[in-house]
Amino acid sequence: MAAPHRQSRLSNALFAAPYLVVFIALLVVPLIWGIYLSLQKADLFGLYGFTGWTNYARVLNDALFWQSVRNTLLFVVVTVPILVGIGLFLGLALNARTGGAAFMRGVYFSSTVLSVTIVTLIWRFVFIPGDGLLSLAFQAMGWQPIGFLSTEGWSLFSVGVATVWWCIGLPMILILAALQQIPGDLYEAAALDNASRWRTFTRVTLPQIRGTLILVATIQIVMQFQLFGQAQLMTNGGPNGTSRPMVLYIYRAAFENWDVGQGAAASELLFLIILVAAMGQYWVTSRGPRT
Amino acid sequence: MSAAIDIRHLTKRFGALTVLDDISLQIEDGEFVVFLGPSGCGKSTLLRMIAGLEGVDEGEIALGDRRIDPLPPGERGVAMVFQSYALYPHMTVRQNMAFGLENVRTPKDEIERRTDAAAKILEIDHLLDRKPQMLSGGQRQRVAIGRAIVKEPKAFLFDEPLSNLDAALRGRTRLELAQLHQRLGATMIFVTHDQVEAMTLADRIVVMHDRRIEQIGTPMEVYQRPATKFVAGFVGSPAMSMLPVSGVTQGPSGARVTVDGVGDIDTAVPLPPGFAAKGASIGIRAEDTTPSDTGLPLTVDVIERLGDRTLLHGHLPDGSELVAQDTGRSTVTAGDTVRVAVDPHAVHLFDADGRAHHATGAD
Ligand SMILES: Nc1ncnc2c1ncn2[C@@H]1O[C@H](COP(=O)(O)OP(=O)(O)O)[C@@H](O)[C@H]1O
Ligand SMILES: [Mg+2]
Repeated sequence: MAAPHRQSRLSNALFAAPYLVVFIALLVVPLIWGIYLSLQKADLFGLYGFTGWTNYARVLNDALFWQSVRNTLLFVVVTVPILVGIGLFLGLALNARTGGAAFMRGVYFSSTVLSVTIVTLIWRFVFIPGDGLLSLAFQAMGWQPIGFLSTEGWSLFSVGVATVWWCIGLPMILILAALQQIPGDLYEAAALDNASRWRTFTRVTLPQIRGTLILVATIQIVMQFQLFGQAQLMTNGGPNGTSRPMVLYIYRAAFENWDVGQGAAASELLFLIILVAAMGQYWVTSRGPRT
Repeated sequence: MSAAIDIRHLTKRFGALTVLDDISLQIEDGEFVVFLGPSGCGKSTLLRMIAGLEGVDEGEIALGDRRIDPLPPGERGVAMVFQSYALYPHMTVRQNMAFGLENVRTPKDEIERRTDAAAKILEIDHLLDRKPQMLSGGQRQRVAIGRAIVKEPKAFLFDEPLSNLDAALRGRTRLELAQLHQRLGATMIFVTHDQVEAMTLADRIVVMHDRRIEQIGTPMEVYQRPATKFVAGFVGSPAMSMLPVSGVTQGPSGARVTVDGVGDIDTAVPLPPGFAAKGASIGIRAEDTTPSDTGLPLTVDVIERLGDRTLLHGHLPDGSELVAQDTGRSTVTAGDTVRVAVDPHAVHLFDADGRAHHATGAD
């Protein structure tokens, strides 16, 4: 009995091996390479020797770095709950077998397939001063126009709106799939049990999709910490760096200031923050009643 | 507490498909009624209409002196046990049972009293803090019944609640359900396609077929005096054998029936006036046959030994199939041709429309 069992375990490992090799090559090697770089004095042309924690010290003493951390945290803390909330709302609203619901699902998902360039182009049309959509609307209402992309506060807000619009498809689809897995007779039992709509939602629906909500939140935390393209293309981090996220800071350091070592150090710090945030979120939300 | 159910001229359509056609039925207070019929005949649909899970296209349903068909499910005063049990997976057994009571703001101590009482009846008191996934199929079933009991409903509705249990557990639970009904004295409707369940549980059986009710009667009425050829063939195991009739005349004690290639069978069924032989048939149950020196010549194809008796599955010279019965010590083997006598009082005569005629009493 034992021998065939062990044999099958070995062959399982063999099947997994090619993937494992690629996985290590694409993930672990750059990670270690990045750590190695962050401890070097380096620019785009080469390495100039081991400098210990110097790069980290320079990053941590840079006010612009801390500004980008604050921007990023604010962005994540606001966009992730909104993405989960709207995803849940759309999932509930479109969880029907009608053709209309299927069409609307397609519409809401379609933004996801666009590239970031197109997304920012579309939203620049909306936010740009002068003949932007909002600008025209404000003029028509006789209101004072707002420079959405060039005003402190509004610039990060505008990036956030574009991001939610772009990213909402995945949360919606994942939550919809979870909703459709819920057996219909649970709702029939709840109806016979006199449950109000709210009680049905909180006591039947939510516990059933809890795992998916946690998954969606984790995915979005990891993704939104890496905000880059929208910010660069819509506001270029401005004004005064108030919409500059961490990845844009890293990009500036490494590819505009040619300080690869500092960029690598900031990257490792970002990696740590994402890890802590994602694990913290998982830890908080997966405590309590298990389904 | 419990109440009578009055169903009047109920019709149900799914799109162009009529599933139930003008159903009327009275169920008495405290009665145990079983809806019996083949799969797809509309039993569940009728039950779900009483529960409020399906809308009513035409007709009315009353529970006690209140018309319930316009009411939402929760306000009808019925409780349902689903085939899949439909327990809330993330709630404990106690929470599952309490949920419906909490929703109508029953006081806490009252909820506790009812839950504990129901758990005791069903012997699930040691499971109250478990989640459904930690229970066996039989235990889940009990929880589902418990969830119905605590609501103290006016009527209990069961939709094939035993079909997910293994044979031994099914038999035991059947008996326990019968005891539960005696103990609670509540009105109960039980849907099944299993005639054994129907025969053992029901005060009255409602046999359904093809959008309509074929017969309503006690288990013995349905078995011994089936109203139609369909009921006769559906109820009883092995199924009643049907032989095509080619001629009917008045015999010494009732109708004398001619079966082509077999001969005449004398029955005690009074010859109905104007009875047409065309399309008619005669029904014979295995238990109403005995091996004898005279009678129908049966060529045996398969022997089915049940211990106390032996079933002989075979065919007559005209090719029609017949199941006969012999004692447990039968020495007949497959391929033998035996003679089978038929009890003239126990045969059934069916006209071309499937209407049944029996030996005693008028119908
Ligand atoms: N929601 C529905 N939509 C369309 N047809 C249905 C629906 N529910 C049941 N039916 C049809 O109605 C008939 C009766 O179904 P059902 O009441 O479930 O039968 P039973 O419980 O006797 O097996 C079947 O032909 C079934 O296909
Ligand atoms: Mg059914």
